[in-house]
Amino acid sequence: MDIHEYQAKEILTKYGVKIAEGGLAYSPEESVQRAREIDGNVWVVKAQIHSGSRGKAGGIKVCKSHDEIKAAAEELIGKNLVTRQTGPMGKVCSRAYVEAGTQIAKEMYLCFLIDRSSERIVMVGSSEGGMEIEELAQTNPDAIKKIFVEPAVGLQDFQAREMAFSLGLESTQLSHAVKTIRGCYRAMRDFDANMLEINPLVVTATGELIALDAKMSFDDNALFRRHEIAELRDKTQGDPREVAAADHGLSYIGLNGDIGCMINGAGLAMATMDMIKLAGGEPANFLDVGGGASAERTEKAFRLVLADKGVKAMLVNIFAGINRCDWIAEGVVHAVKNIEMKVPLVVRLSGTNVAEGQRIIAESGLPIITAGTLAEAAEKVVQARNEVVAKEREGK
Amino acid sequence: MAILIDESTRIVVQGFTGKTGTFHAQDMISYGSNVVAGVTPGKGGQRHLGLPVFNTVKEAVEQVGADASIVFVPPAFAADSIMEAADAGIKYCVAITDGIPTQDMMTVKNFLRRFPIERRMVLTGPNCAGTISPGRAMLGIMPGHIYLRGEVGIVGRSGTLGYEAADQMRTLGIGISTSVGIGGDPIIGSSHRDILERFEADPETKVVVMIGEIGGPQEVEAGIFANEHMTKPVVAYIAGLTAPEGRRMGHAGAIISSAGESAAEKVAALRDLGVTISPTPSAIGDTVAAVLARM
Repeated sequence: MDIHEYQAKEILTKYGVKIAEGGLAYSPEESVQRAREIDGNVWVVKAQIHSGSRGKAGGIKVCKSHDEIKAAAEELIGKNLVTRQTGPMGKVCSRAYVEAGTQIAKEMYLCFLIDRSSERIVMVGSSEGGMEIEELAQTNPDAIKKIFVEPAVGLQDFQAREMAFSLGLESTQLSHAVKTIRGCYRAMRDFDANMLEINPLVVTATGELIALDAKMSFDDNALFRRHEIAELRDKTQGDPREVAAADHGLSYIGLNGDIGCMINGAGLAMATMDMIKLAGGEPANFLDVGGGASAERTEKAFRLVLADKGVKAMLVNIFAGINRCDWIAEGVVHAVKNIEMKVPLVVRLSGTNVAEGQRIIAESGLPIITAGTLAEAAEKVVQARNEVVAKEREGK
Repeated sequence: MAILIDESTRIVVQGFTGKTGTFHAQDMISYGSNVVAGVTPGKGGQRHLGLPVFNTVKEAVEQVGADASIVFVPPAFAADSIMEAADAGIKYCVAITDGIPTQDMMTVKNFLRRFPIERRMVLTGPNCAGTISPGRAMLGIMPGHIYLRGEVGIVGRSGTLGYEAADQMRTLGIGISTSVGIGGDPIIGSSHRDILERFEADPETKVVVMIGEIGGPQEVEAGIFANEHMTKPVVAYIAGLTAPEGRRMGHAGAIISSAGESAAEKVAALRDLGVTISPTPSAIGDTVAAVLARM
């Protein structure tokens, strides 16, 4: 789960990380009000959306007067912002963070993440801040410093110092650098973060070390014990279909194709989507209904897939392990009758009680296309989709 | 032979008396697995499914000689249960639980490393379907009947995709020595590489099928191991050709977050390492059959 910059900064200040003075605003008027509360004559209005690359997309505006702040906020609040990371739909900006302008003497990069190879938290730093780390990893990998943290003892001061020196910080900044680095690590552990990125970490003209931006992402599996983080969820930042799915405990990801999918198991779901693509189609979604797909859950999953009006055909692929094919078949028949499906449906069942499941589908009298293998299922659903598209063209 | 489990494996079920634990313990027993006890703290002394219930894993090891465990404990308490098994002297543990926090698994792995290698518990999972040596023992939640006994080893992150592969092979009359689900989480007990090493040492296994997916460096590391240290052919399929970058595809570990983690990049790297690639998920059975025919 991601949070906004201002929320991450709020957390980090509690751990001794310094930030520029700032405040949150939901309207242009409020933005001006926030600026009045902040000393100085340069401010930055920053769109709060869950995405990086905001600057390049025009989401961060430097302002020299209250009129400019009002104009900047009017341009951002309530609008969709498209960045390199949001996809073409962009993300809605419902609030802006107004911050005191900072005179930058030096920009650095600092990030903490869970490294899957070493199974530890790794601290990544570079004296070349401001640019994206992926870019830096390609152009100048030697400029990136990595320090691994032993989980039982945690991050030590010598490691923080090593990072501080490699970032090129002066000895006068050392004690605050250590405090900042240790604070970040502590925040990561205390809140079950997967990732914490400060890009850029800057030295100001007056020699202060501050986090100019902050990004934190949290482990969904740990939210049950991190209520204060769970409360920070901003549902407007997610795909509405995905938010609805999560509310039903289903794992759904919206994609750009037109073949709806309902599959049990994440691996099989990915494999089925691959088969659809190989057969010449494009999946509209990823949907894992999980192990215990009851009739009720099946119907919810159907509604979710079909809520996407772009879906032209649907594929159900279930390999019943804990499940039984006859239960799944009953759920499918029930859902199709209840929902009045308008698009063709291909069902492939396999595993426990498959014969019984197929009999239930056959005897339902519903126009359900069945398939025996994964390949056959993918071919049939792509064919059904193509027929629908051809008919639509004739209609026009 | 087979790897990790066989007829002689003495199984203790952690989270025995809960709904999930009960259901799958029953299923494992009817498959013929040698389940000897269960553990539910506070219910020690009771009997469940005709078997003794203990308060601690240590008691199950001492009193009925349990040497393998399977964990059905809810996510908030599962890491603790895995460490309890390791401390009690269990040799092999399967963690079925889905949803264990990543930092908890970091602690578990660190805890396991404290034991000298000869006393260190082998862990597979979490978030997996378990392990089966067909016709001998099942330590998991899979439908046992889709696995024929034979000479092909399977290792994969995904449960249902593993079933799909085993079922394709059954249709072709190809049997399995052992099938191991290593789980879909970012931090897991054993890697693809760890399991390949075991299959290489198992005289009964002739070919190994590795079923991978997007995210993480594991499949390519396993490919490097196969290239440098294995005499047996490896067949691989990598799921997620259509997965968009930066999105978590169901499994917490299935997210493309850096270079080399996409399905296409992994396939290319594995092919260069001499691994036979199954181009589609529906061709896994046929690809294995072709490799077996050449031997």
